[in-house]
Amino acid sequence: MSQDYDVIVIGGGHNGLVNAAYLARAGLRVVVLERRHCVGGAAVTEEIFPGFRFSVFSYVVSLLRPEIIRELDLPRHGLHILPLESTFTPLPSGDYFATWADPDETRRELYRHSPKDAEAYVDFGQLMVRMAMAVKPLLGVTPPDPTSLSPRQLRGLLTLGRHFHSLAERDLYALYKLMTMSAADFLNEWFECEPFKATKSASGVIGTFLGPRSPGTAYVLLHHYMGEIDGVFRAWGFAKGGTGGVSEAIASAARRFGAEIRTDAPVAQVMVKDGHVQGVALGDGTEIRAKTVSCSLDPRRTFLELVDARRLPEEFVAAVQRYKFRGSSAKVNLALDTLPNFTSLPGAGRHLRGSISISPSIDYLERAYDDAKYGRFSRRPYLDIVIPSMLDPGMAPPGKHVMSIFVQYAPYAVEGGWTDAQRGALGDAVIDTLAEVAPNIRSAILHAQVITPADIEQTIGLSEGNIFQGELALHQLFFLRPVPGWARYSTPIEGLYQCGSATHPGGGIMGAPGRLAALQILEESGRARAAVGGGRAPL
Amino acid sequence: MQGAAWRRWAGYVVASSYELTHDREYAAIRSTAALIDISPLQKYRIDGPDAARLLDRVITRDVSRCAVGQVLYTPWCRADGRVLEDGTVSRLEEQRFRLTSAEPNLRWLHQNATGLAVGIADESETLAALALQGPSSREILSQLVDASLDALPYFRLTPACIASCPVVVSRTGYTGDLGYEIWLHRDHAEPIWDALIEAGTPYGLVPTGLLAMDIARIEAGLLLLGVDYISARHAVIEAQTSSPFELNLGWAVSLEKPRFVGRQALFEERARGSAWALVGIEVDWDALERLYTNIGLPPQVPTVPWRTSVPLYARGRQVGYATSGCWSPLLKKSIALAHLESASARQETVEMEVTVEHRRKRALAYVRRLPFFNPQRKRA
Repeated sequence: MSQDYDVIVIGGGHNGLVNAAYLARAGLRVVVLERRHCVGGAAVTEEIFPGFRFSVFSYVVSLLRPEIIRELDLPRHGLHILPLESTFTPLPSGDYFATWADPDETRRELYRHSPKDAEAYVDFGQLMVRMAMAVKPLLGVTPPDPTSLSPRQLRGLLTLGRHFHSLAERDLYALYKLMTMSAADFLNEWFECEPFKATKSASGVIGTFLGPRSPGTAYVLLHHYMGEIDGVFRAWGFAKGGTGGVSEAIASAARRFGAEIRTDAPVAQVMVKDGHVQGVALGDGTEIRAKTVSCSLDPRRTFLELVDARRLPEEFVAAVQRYKFRGSSAKVNLALDTLPNFTSLPGAGRHLRGSISISPSIDYLERAYDDAKYGRFSRRPYLDIVIPSMLDPGMAPPGKHVMSIFVQYAPYAVEGGWTDAQRGALGDAVIDTLAEVAPNIRSAILHAQVITPADIEQTIGLSEGNIFQGELALHQLFFLRPVPGWARYSTPIEGLYQCGSATHPGGGIMGAPGRLAALQILEESGRARAAVGGGRAPL
Repeated sequence: MQGAAWRRWAGYVVASSYELTHDREYAAIRSTAALIDISPLQKYRIDGPDAARLLDRVITRDVSRCAVGQVLYTPWCRADGRVLEDGTVSRLEEQRFRLTSAEPNLRWLHQNATGLAVGIADESETLAALALQGPSSREILSQLVDASLDALPYFRLTPACIASCPVVVSRTGYTGDLGYEIWLHRDHAEPIWDALIEAGTPYGLVPTGLLAMDIARIEAGLLLLGVDYISARHAVIEAQTSSPFELNLGWAVSLEKPRFVGRQALFEERARGSAWALVGIEVDWDALERLYTNIGLPPQVPTVPWRTSVPLYARGRQVGYATSGCWSPLLKKSIALAHLESASARQETVEMEVTVEHRRKRALAYVRRLPFFNPQRKRA
């Protein structure tokens, strides 16, 4: 039977695009099928209010892999990551806590709150850099299967084993603690400054249905430091043109390598015959044939909706059903007539060019989580705010601004469901929270867009609105992501692969799943060497 | 050449030079007097019955031999004998000291103070400091202070008054010249600066930035943390750390003291011998000139002090690296501070890498004892 393409990539999010770019680069005929009118998935920039461009969902570039930037030559395709250097945490006391680009300035600021912490910060930073270096190799490799006895898998395990064996004893203990403790407990061993601990631990709970005192959240603290050891790539920052700018750059690279990208092309079904993938059928009934289908959607969408579940092993389906999404965050995007004026640090200072975090204390975050545990959104949520127009004035009309507010917790399974009234109440809670530290905010709003987890699910298809395509919790990482035994991008159906954030190493605008899945597909089709010019991550 | 650029120093912004070039500022250090704002230093007040005991635990020198009014220059180490930092300890009173350092040490002091009756106060932000350095510094300062400076020996201090403000004057500095450091409350910094400038201008006093001071300290063989060595606190790998012996600071290690942090490791290292030595390097002028004349250029020297790592070779093999250097306007020599493998430190010459018109060359260089410059007036 004639094939239309070598590979069909389902979903034009950043991972699907990265996947397609690598496959096309290796000489395969690739098509990307995107349901929406634009590519990007959660990494899109849209003009929601005339003249104001929003990074509607995902809002900062975190950990975009340097090898992807390099191998796809993304700067040539328009990628420009602007520095997001400071963190500003306004406090209810009228004071604030901030971290700045100059480490000495950060130390002096921390000193203002706790002289002890100011120095612990240096030692802590050293430890975390060593930890990040220990864990970083995992990001660049396909997880070996710990239960397999094949020589390849054993070799992979052995390399990893040796790698961890080479860690100094004290580092091994610290790594064990990071893997088991809560972010709050781990930070309490080092620091006493509440806003500092809270702002740091918030990065450990983003996208999970866990609180800062939940065990296992310390590990995610590492992610920030992993960004740091890739320092010169400025992998942590704000993309010019919004996060859609990242997707556009990857799409442009993919097209240059010959990939075809179709929008408004929703896939209705993955066609399977005798355990082999045959291609896909679109919503309008069009069939597109290929021997390989790479799906960037999450496992629920892929295996419980697009594939006929009867064609899958029962235990596999059960594992997919057990996979936890539990979306816990929302997004509020504001078009502003004027900048917010913070009581604790008035004026349009440099603090507005970094992230603004409403996380005054661990207790504050844990209380926000308490609400969510019992089915409510946080009355006083954790907010992570950026003002993209401060970094890239093109995001709003001259002198006007856009504000992106990440909101946690807003549970998908909110009591009473996500009605319009509930959405309105969430928006009010967010604005009220912000108005407590920046009273002019309410009068500055020209337009507000409130996006609940249900909206996320509906608009871009992320199940239960989980921004990482499934919780980034320890029980769902590495060789357990998304389900035990199927962490190597392949699936029980021959020729069907997964390449989204639900696979190792997970979510964020990292691109690693898309790349690793492409390498796996190429390896299994005997084209591995063409894929990377010696660019394989060393271990 | 270089503009009056600002640079960061421990969270403060300071001048590289106050004029468009630093030449006049450097000349002032060696010929008249220079006034340098060194307030970004960390300063700790340590007092109480166990103050001396705490410092004796932490630093490598013997505090029991430090008289009231005396200042000690000293390194301090981690338990494995690797240097955390170097700085000064001043004995202000029998039970009262001041520790100065380039980086924060409050946590380290507290960690070592367990069980001791001692108070540790961080005075870094309240205490300002000015360095008045150069041959005329004594004459200038004598006009302003009530105390007699003639009787103040090298590395001693005295309380005094300037512009009706209480200060402490220590005969110390980072230039290797006759000079003083004045320790004062930050609220008094401006009147004291003004008084010094007014009294000093007839003597050629010049406000001076970090570039000129950097040249002077290289000539004086004084180490700069983070440039000439890395604190064990910041080292990611063991090879980045140094022991005091490896930094030419063996003279400041009192192994006779029964207990201090790092003693056992240092005791063993002294018996075993150290892997590295810190030396002075002087590039042979004729060799350097030849490299340039060979390609038809006049010899060139850097106009500002440099602080990049430069390889040193002996018999074709790399045996060390220079960490900072400059053209010494006074000595008329190209000099550098360098780390050499111990076996090579006893050699008379090595070769230093120099980049001549975009190409890497090697020039003959002499291994020198530090300091390069040590005028009698410094101690007189």
